[in-house]
Amino acid sequence: MSKKTIILFSGDYDKVMAAFVIANGAAAMDDEVTMFFTFWGLSALRKPKGTAAPGKTKTMLQKAFSTMLPKGPEKLGLSKMNFAGVGPVMMKKVMKAANVMPLSELIDTAREQGIKLIACTMSMDVMGIRAEELIDDIEYAGVATYLAEADEGNVNLFI
Amino acid sequence: MTATVEELKALSETTVVDARGVSCPGPILAAKKKIGSVQVGSVMEVLATDSGTLKDIPAWCKKMGHDFLGSFDDAGYLHLFLRKAK
Repeated sequence: MSKKTIILFSGDYDKVMAAFVIANGAAAMDDEVTMFFTFWGLSALRKPKGTAAPGKTKTMLQKAFSTMLPKGPEKLGLSKMNFAGVGPVMMKKVMKAANVMPLSELIDTAREQGIKLIACTMSMDVMGIRAEELIDDIEYAGVATYLAEADEGNVNLFI
Repeated sequence: MTATVEELKALSETTVVDARGVSCPGPILAAKKKIGSVQVGSVMEVLATDSGTLKDIPAWCKKMGHDFLGSFDDAGYLHLFLRKAK
């Protein structure tokens, strides 16, 4: 058994999808997999309707970021041919016709397979994203945690 | 060594995984899910339609330590066979 780590920096639907296909494939081959979500990649972990707990205030800029960032995997745009949101609709249509698992299902499968999902707390602070806005049962950590995991891995990807 | 089509067709008491109609990484996810219920030494057959599966199941077997026995294409339906080795 070996270990793979993936840094997900991108919040583009297609790139997030590629990351989860690789992660799920590795887990199906009995590899231990850790995914580290940072910057735009955090959007993939957001709950569709998650809101921060009352009492925790965000600065105006943090509010602006968290309002504008996509809420959850199905709201992500494409890295190419996004066409102001029409692109993802078309992409999902052809994917469905080709029986490709949608991103939300790939994420569910990743969790079922025990893939470790880690949210970067520094990015969360920058973007004003609180833990309550992210899906449950994930871990929160920083760069040292990622590096410690990467040291044990034989494949480390930055997507 | 891979078996001939006749030898593969003659394999009996195989556990069948139906991954027809699903794309990558569906077939290996299905194989992984099913292999747990297969006894060591028994044969598992994977049915698929995604052509990448012809390369992916042998690679999966190599990684997982199972013996890939061979495959054949029956009018677009792929039949892949492996023996659980551990």
